[in-house]
Amino acid sequence: MNTRTITWAVGLAALIALPFVYRDPYHLHILVLILIWSFAYTSWSIMGRFGLVSLGHGGFMGVGAYVTALLWNHLGVSPWIGIPLSMVAAGVLAVIVAYPCFRFRITGHYFVLVTLALSGIVLQVITATRDYTGGSLGYTPNRTKGSQLLALQFDDKTTWYLIALFVWVVGLLIWQWVDRSMSRYAMEAISDDEDAAAAAGVNVTFEKLKITIISALMTALAGALYCQYQMFISPDTVSGIAVSLQMVFAVIVGGVYVSFGPTVGAIITILLAEFLRIWFGTKAVGWDNLVYGVLLVLFIIFLPKGILGSVIDRFRTQPRKAVTKPVAKPAAS
Amino acid sequence: MQGFLDIFDIYLLEAVVNGILLGGVLALLALGLNLIFGVIDVTWICYAELVMIGMYGMYYLVQFYGLPYWAAAPLTILLVALLGAALHYIVIAPLLTAPPINQLLATGGVLFILQSFATVAFGIDFRNLGIRLPVLALGEMHFSYSRLLSFAAALIGMVSVYFFMTRTYTGTAIRAISQDRQIMSLMGVDTKRIYLVTSALGGALAGLAACLLVLQYDVHPFVGLSFGPITFLICVLGGLGNFVGGFIAAFVFAEIISLGGLFSDLEWGYVLAFAFFIVMMFIRPAGLFARRS
Repeated sequence: MNTRTITWAVGLAALIALPFVYRDPYHLHILVLILIWSFAYTSWSIMGRFGLVSLGHGGFMGVGAYVTALLWNHLGVSPWIGIPLSMVAAGVLAVIVAYPCFRFRITGHYFVLVTLALSGIVLQVITATRDYTGGSLGYTPNRTKGSQLLALQFDDKTTWYLIALFVWVVGLLIWQWVDRSMSRYAMEAISDDEDAAAAAGVNVTFEKLKITIISALMTALAGALYCQYQMFISPDTVSGIAVSLQMVFAVIVGGVYVSFGPTVGAIITILLAEFLRIWFGTKAVGWDNLVYGVLLVLFIIFLPKGILGSVIDRFRTQPRKAVTKPVAKPAAS
Repeated sequence: MQGFLDIFDIYLLEAVVNGILLGGVLALLALGLNLIFGVIDVTWICYAELVMIGMYGMYYLVQFYGLPYWAAAPLTILLVALLGAALHYIVIAPLLTAPPINQLLATGGVLFILQSFATVAFGIDFRNLGIRLPVLALGEMHFSYSRLLSFAAALIGMVSVYFFMTRTYTGTAIRAISQDRQIMSLMGVDTKRIYLVTSALGGALAGLAACLLVLQYDVHPFVGLSFGPITFLICVLGGLGNFVGGFIAAFVFAEIISLGGLFSDLEWGYVLAFAFFIVMMFIRPAGLFARRS
């Protein structure tokens, strides 16, 4: 047992104990949201840190949320089966879009815009099939009476907090696992120079696809959890370009190269949004987003490594060299 | 002529023509975005939001200050051109050496800013100019004059950009920079100035598109999202920075949307367009008219 393990264990124990000591429902609600979104942002950063900037994750999240809810409402399939199915659906979608991209070397701006199209498609399909999905008005999974394990519906915030905490920890573990695997070296080589990586024996298409599928599956799970927790989803809150951009922003704000970066990003962006919402109240709709947008632009200009990344850099005696390299290259023109 | 019309369903023909008319405005938008990308190597995610601001500009100049349409249009174009130059000067210029993804995200932040600024300043109500242009009836087909006017104005706009690019010193410098970024500063061209001019020109094209779109659509803070994504797809399909490719791709997309909307809801037209885009990416990854390097 080194100090690192002990810190982890103590921190985790404190987080698990928290809802039993502190029971304010509003604060617990914010914590659950932070945990679920942290998990979503972590899933994005798993591929984002290697320069695979996807604006399609809103699409994966939408698939996760809507497939789970639709299966439950129309076919009575329990979310316990529905969530894995929705993840498979998102995985298949990821392969359909990503495989040709990687096979035909679509990188940089082009990759961003192709994935942007994916977000757009999912959003439009949800809106167009309004007879089943409720369209832009949103959709609510059928409620059971009280909490029910089979329907994955719980009335108390504590249960949800523990579920979200568990999933968040799993997300971090996956991040660590990727970070220590051979894939990481392969992916870093690929993001530096695809041709050189291929010449060195890296299977470029396969490695990229693997990372993308992991990321898509996790994002779909985040979407399904969000749906089960909020019991209301609309195309604007779980899919589309705005959600995709929101993910990228939070990760950039937090720091894309450190495991807790996305979590810090989620804490900062969600707290900021909540604070601004309460500060401005309902009398001035839009002010919160205005301040939010200005802060994001300032962040990108002045703190491109993210808050956590910059803080860590300052304390680290030998800063890692890879941190400042560009994460995406423009497509060959 | 009658035999020709009999072969095609009259509604189909109407949809085809409307698609071409829609394509004109989309081509204008794609041209502006391509210009920025080709010269400065930056994608303005917030391009459609500039158009949205321009549409509000038209709305206020015409409805609030009572200017006639033809007087408000140049003012709007100037306003959005200034906005484009400001966007470059404030946001893009400090990030010119930053990784491309940061430039992309910064303009994404500007998207949020412009949307919420519009929400704060103008509210979320749908507004329109209240100008109702007559409808042209050609046989049994109906085309609105606003679409015809937009198409014509978009064409004129594109032709003037073409002349600007080929006949003036600044235009030539812009084209030269899009071919080789490094060498032009050695040739005595002030790159910073050219970037600023290009951004203003891109803004002006967005302003022109705003003047035309405001005739057909209601303005609200999120109107940019309804044609922004499609503009990006057009640019990618045509090849980013490829003006001719973007022009043709705009018409292809407009036809798909228009015909898809004929057989089903308009959303399905968009879904079809998106799906077509993804399929095309498999077949022609670097755009429709990519030269193999």
